[in-house]
Parts: sequence; structure tokens; C-alpha cells
Amino acid sequence: MPVTENWKPTIVAFCCNWCSYAGADLAGSSRLAYPADVKIIKVPCSCRVNPMFILRAFEKGADGVILCGCHPGDCHYSTGNYYARRRMTLLFSMLDYLGVEDGRTRVEWVSAAEGVKFSETMNSFVEKVRGLGPNVRLGDLRCRN
Amino acid sequence: MRRIGVFVCHCGSNIAATVDVKKVVEMALLEQGVVHAEDYPYMCSEAGQSHIAEAIREKQLDGIVVCSCSPRMHEATFRKCAEKNGLNPYLVEIANIREHCSWIHKDMQEATEKAVILMRAAVAKVHLNAPLKAGESAVTKRALVIGGGIAGIQTALDIADAGYHVDIVEKEPSIGGRMSQLDKTFPTLDCSACILTPKMVEAASHENITIHTWSEVEKVSGFVGNFTVDIRKKARYVNMDKCTGCGICQEKCPSKKPLNEFNRGLNNRSAIYTPFAQAIPNVPVIDAAACIKLKTGKCGICEKFCQAGAIDYAQTDEIITQQYGAIVVATGFDTIKLDKYGEYAYGESKDVITSLELERIMNAAGPTKGHLERLSDGKAPKEIVFIQCVGSRCSDDRGKPYCSKICCMYTAKHAMLIRDKYPDTNVTVFYIDVRTPGKNFDEFYRRAVEDYGVNYVKGQVGKVAPQSDGSLLVHGVDLLENKQILKKADMVVLATAIEPNSDVRKIATMLTASIDTNNFLTEAHPKLRPVESPTAGVFLSGVCQGPKDIPETVAQAGAAAVKVIGLLAKDKLKTNPCTAKADELRCNGCSQCAGVCPYGAISYETRQVNDHGIREDRRIAVVNSALCQGCGACTVTCPSGAMDLQGFSNRQIIAEVDAICR
Repeated sequence: MPVTENWKPTIVAFCCNWCSYAGADLAGSSRLAYPADVKIIKVPCSCRVNPMFILRAFEKGADGVILCGCHPGDCHYSTGNYYARRRMTLLFSMLDYLGVEDGRTRVEWVSAAEGVKFSETMNSFVEKVRGLGPNVRLGDLRCRN
Repeated sequence: MRRIGVFVCHCGSNIAATVDVKKVVEMALLEQGVVHAEDYPYMCSEAGQSHIAEAIREKQLDGIVVCSCSPRMHEATFRKCAEKNGLNPYLVEIANIREHCSWIHKDMQEATEKAVILMRAAVAKVHLNAPLKAGESAVTKRALVIGGGIAGIQTALDIADAGYHVDIVEKEPSIGGRMSQLDKTFPTLDCSACILTPKMVEAASHENITIHTWSEVEKVSGFVGNFTVDIRKKARYVNMDKCTGCGICQEKCPSKKPLNEFNRGLNNRSAIYTPFAQAIPNVPVIDAAACIKLKTGKCGICEKFCQAGAIDYAQTDEIITQQYGAIVVATGFDTIKLDKYGEYAYGESKDVITSLELERIMNAAGPTKGHLERLSDGKAPKEIVFIQCVGSRCSDDRGKPYCSKICCMYTAKHAMLIRDKYPDTNVTVFYIDVRTPGKNFDEFYRRAVEDYGVNYVKGQVGKVAPQSDGSLLVHGVDLLENKQILKKADMVVLATAIEPNSDVRKIATMLTASIDTNNFLTEAHPKLRPVESPTAGVFLSGVCQGPKDIPETVAQAGAAAVKVIGLLAKDKLKTNPCTAKADELRCNGCSQCAGVCPYGAISYETRQVNDHGIREDRRIAVVNSALCQGCGACTVTCPSGAMDLQGFSNRQIIAEVDAICR
């Protein structure tokens, strides 16, 4: 796919209900802008995110996927984010090996009070993905327009 | 195929100014299964809800998507509306097009495109939503209050008066907290102990209150209505039942070296001590690090003199396990450490003190018996300089970004009291702003200036330099006169910023209650739910939530108590029906899910399964829905994909992913 100046990446953000989704709400009510390319999916906990969901997103044409959860030690369910961290470490290194660059995936801890951090994270992530251009690996060509 | 209705809210202009709501409606009607779509200025209003009700009836909707504010705001409203109109509440999904869209994007086209995508994701999800029914769990009618300061005491008293049992856990040897260290209170100048100690006595004698002092919360498990808490009662080495509180042990104790924490380390105490005279309980503790007997085995003087035979060197820590329905955090505050503020010569000169230290000096039970004197030479100071905002409203990482709120008022109080008692002592206050919002606060400050002649200088102090003659040279600036000031002072008092107690992080982690970047506990909603933590069943009282003075703390303590009473008054609580469930045809009983479950909600049983006509006994995971909190850890761990989370199923989330990436 040719990269044009107006190209907009598709970015999926998985946010846990207790910290990061609330952090995104705080970013919203504080009017802290970040690009509209980011679309948030709410999950109860970062540990609910199956690596399969991330593979699916890339398959369907996502250019970047970010997973946000509570800070280590602050998980609403005590240990969920630790599982998420381990799973994502493995998944992301495998994706990197397959050619989905490291910059297209990220795990970030954002608390309910960190609206500023949420906005900054999304801004920097989108900028990174824009720099990398469209994701061509893993993408199901039948899904492309 | 579901019959789905999409309702797009304008939220006045909050959404409609940035998102073309008509366009969202138009696009919604193109989605598969959407049989109804409309927009309305305020969907959450009664009129808005009646539109939803009407559509449910007329179009036989069995799925609803509301494009509006965050589900944290109105998901419950719309679920209730659906339920009232005969639709299962879990067939409602919210597309957050306000916080996650209209409020953060400026470009209308971009925001509208995003709103359409969020709507599509919600429609895709609601296609797969199953009707769910909330279960019920019992409520343990007992509350725990962590912290025995004025906040904790007031919360406990209010809950206990309503007829529920309350336990107070206090880490110090006595309840009373910071307020017990204060001399007088603004703006009435009544004596702090005189208004606090009756409350302490009331708490101690209340039939519904149990006080655990010298104790700490060790472990918390469970959830709203059903918390299980381990409390560590630290070894006191004094038998609480035998001790009469005569105090002779403290007099006779030969180890007098430890710094007196209650007097902020300005003098010393014995190894066996009660922090202050009105301590509750009036039973001393032995400081194991300072006790000669416990360190070397020799001494035992207190035991010899104790006529009640209450000394017990063999005592060990004890763990109490108790069930609670609600937990209130009232852990309070401390002043910040001043090691990054070398310019004020705190620690270098004994005559540079914090306001809390001055509070102890002014107190009749303090290290100087209430006489205002320099700690270096015992002389009465003739020139005192107060420096405001030491570590508060700080833009660098040395201090805190917030206003500590109480300093302007207590400094006015100190200045006034000093001028009243020692009229020949001059008082100068260096300030950034004087902030006095509160009943009778500004009048109080003006009295300090007008009636008591306190000299207020707008400007900051750059340096306090100890001089060879024992005085302190204050290098300040007067912003209004636009000139530098050099002032010789005998004593400098620093209005030190306050910060949440250092234990609060540990406690927040145990409770999985969230905490902000300044370590204050986060409230469920900053305006509408200020005394509740986002974690159900955990409530906030006092300065652990944000800086407050005493009346505000007492008000918040009462508010927290009301929330607890409201919870404990219920016999049953509705539980979250979004729990995990194993597909018995796919489960092979491998036990991996039970290994990751933080609640021990998964067990295994042998069940007869009909797998495509073949009947056989299989070991299958069974989720106890009363224990499952719905995190979903098991669903990802399950190697055969048998475990799924209701309300956030694999298919639902994939449907959302597909809709977004379409």
C-alpha cells in the first residue's frame, strides 16, 4: 500500500476497565488531545487480552496495537497485569521475528489518575506507528481495499 | 439476528459540537441488524430514556447501543432503562463517543469517523451479547477502619452509632493521629486535645468499636461485602488486661535515648512509653529496638516495678483474621522530608523548625512545656520568620505540585498566638499567596494582620544562613516593593508540605485501590463520589484522599461512614454476572485455569458429557460464580479455548477488533 501524506494508521488500544480505561476518560474530561486513529476496546483486565486478539487485529489491518493496564502491583485483580506482561513479552518478540516491528506493539501502565500519561502515550505511540508506515506483515490481503 | 437500536446522544453540545450525530445515525442504519437509530440532545434524561423505551416496544429491540459518554457515567442508567422495559440489562452496550472522542478531537470529520467506528464496534459486540443475570452475595455486617486519627475515629463513631460493629486498626501505640499533636486549631483557637480526647474516649468505650493499636493490616482478600483481613497485632510486651496505666515503668526505665516521635524528635522518651498523657489505650509499649532487657537480656526494671505484673517480655506478634463488609482508609498524612531543601538550613540549625515542631513547642505537654524558646540555647526568640509553601506548589521534583491547603491558616494561627502571648516578639511571614477560603478563615487572617500586627511579606525566601552569633540571616524578596530583604531572625518556621502517610501505597496495593501520582488515594468520581474508592467496598476518609483541614476531614469521615452504613444495611449484594464459564465439551481438565485464578474460584468435577453422541465421564473445570470476579486470566491461559468470560467473550472482543480494523 502506498504511503501518502494523508495516510492514517489504524490503532487498537486495549484498556483495562479499572485503571487505563478510566485514565482515558480522564484524558477526555481534561481535553488532552491524541490522534483519532486510536480506538479503545474495554476489557476487564489486561490479562483478558488473548494474544490471539492482537494477531487478529494485525490480520485485519491494524497498524499498531497497544495494551494498557494498571501499574504492576496495582492490578484490581492483584496479579492480572503480571500475566499480561509475560504474555505480551513473548508475543511481541515473536511478532518482531515475523517482521511486525517492535514499534507497532506496546504495553503501557496507565492509572486512573494518569490522564496526562494516557494522552502522551497515545501521541508517542501513534507517531511511532506513523513513522513505520502501514503494516504489511500478517495482514490478510483479502481484507485490504 | 438481533434487532438492534442505536441511540446517539448530543450531550448538549459536548458531543454534537464535534461529532456529526446525524451522520452517526445514518451510518448506524447501514449496519447489519440495526432496525432503529435516532439522536437526542440528552439521552440520559427522562425524555431520552422514554425514546429508548418506546423503540424497545415498537421495534421489538433485543439489543441496544447508546453512543454517549463513558460507560462509567451512564452505563448503569441505560441498563436500568432497558430492564424496566423488559430487556435484559446486559443487552446494552455503550459506545464512548464523548471522553474517547468528541472531547479530545477538534476536527469534525475525524471525530465523526471515529464515532462511527466506535458505534460499529459496539453494534458488533451487542450482536453477541447474551442475557445475563446478576447473582447475590451476603454482606458481612462489620467494618474496618484503617487509621485511628480524627478521620478514622469519626468514621468509626458514626458507623458504630448506626448499630454496626467497627474495628479500628492504628499502627501507633495510641489512637489520636496528627490532631493529638496539635496545640490549638484554627480559626477558633480552641485546644486540639480538648476537642479530640472526648472523641477518643467515646470510641474506646463504644460497645460497637474494637480498637487495635500498635497493629497493622497485613493481608486483605475477598471483595465488597466479604473482605477477609489479617491484622498483625505487634508485640507490645505489656499485657493490656493487667496494665493499670500507672506510668511507673516509664519513670523507672533506664533507657532514655530514643527520640520522642510524638514530639517530632525534639526530645527523648523511655524505651517503654505511651506517646502522650491522654493516650488511648493508656497502656505503654516497649520499643524493642531500645529496650535493654530485650536487647541484652539484662535489666528487667520495669517488670520489677510493675505492681500489676503486666510486663511480658515473651509476648510475640499476633495475627487476627476477621471478616468485613466494608473497609475505610483513613491513613492520614505526614510532613515531607526536607533533605532537598538545604537552603533553609533545616537540620543545620536547631532554630529552623517545621510548623508541626512549633506546634509541639507551643504545647504545654511538649518538649519545652509550652514555652516558646530556641532549641539551640533556650532563649526566647524576639524575631521569628515564617516561610510559606516549603515544598508545596512546587514546579520541580523537590517538592509537591499541589497546595497543602492548611499552611496559610495554621501559620496565621501560630503568628497570632505568638503575638498574643509574647507581644514583644516580631513575626514576619513570607508568602506566595495567602489562601483563606473557608468559613471565618479570611476574617481570621485579617485579624492576624490588623489586630496582631503580623508582618506579611509577599515573596519567597532564597536562603537562610546561620550566623556565628547564633542568629539566622534570612535572604528574602519583597515582590510588592520589588526589593531584596535581609532579615535577622532568632527562629525560622517552615510551613512544610504535607504528603500521604508513607504506608498508604502498601495499603492501597493490598486493597487494589488506585492511587494518584502524589500517592493520594483516587476517588471513584472526583466530584460525585468523593469518599468512595473505585474499588467497591473501599471508602476514603480524611487526608489520604487529598489535603484537608479538620472540619473537612470530619465532614468527609461522616460521609464515608454513611456510605459504609448504606452498604452494611443491605442483606445481599448483586454480584457481577460477567464471570468465567467453561465449555464442557472443550475442557480437558488440565487445571491450568485454577493455577492463575486469584480468587480460587475454579474447581474440578467429574461430569458425564455427551460429546457428539458419545457419553463419557470427564474432568471439567467449574467456576464458582460467587467467587469469580471476572478478570479473565483463566480465559487466556486455557489451552483448549474452553474457558470464556461472559460479557467479554472471545467472540465479542474479536467482533470489536474486526469492526475497528474494517
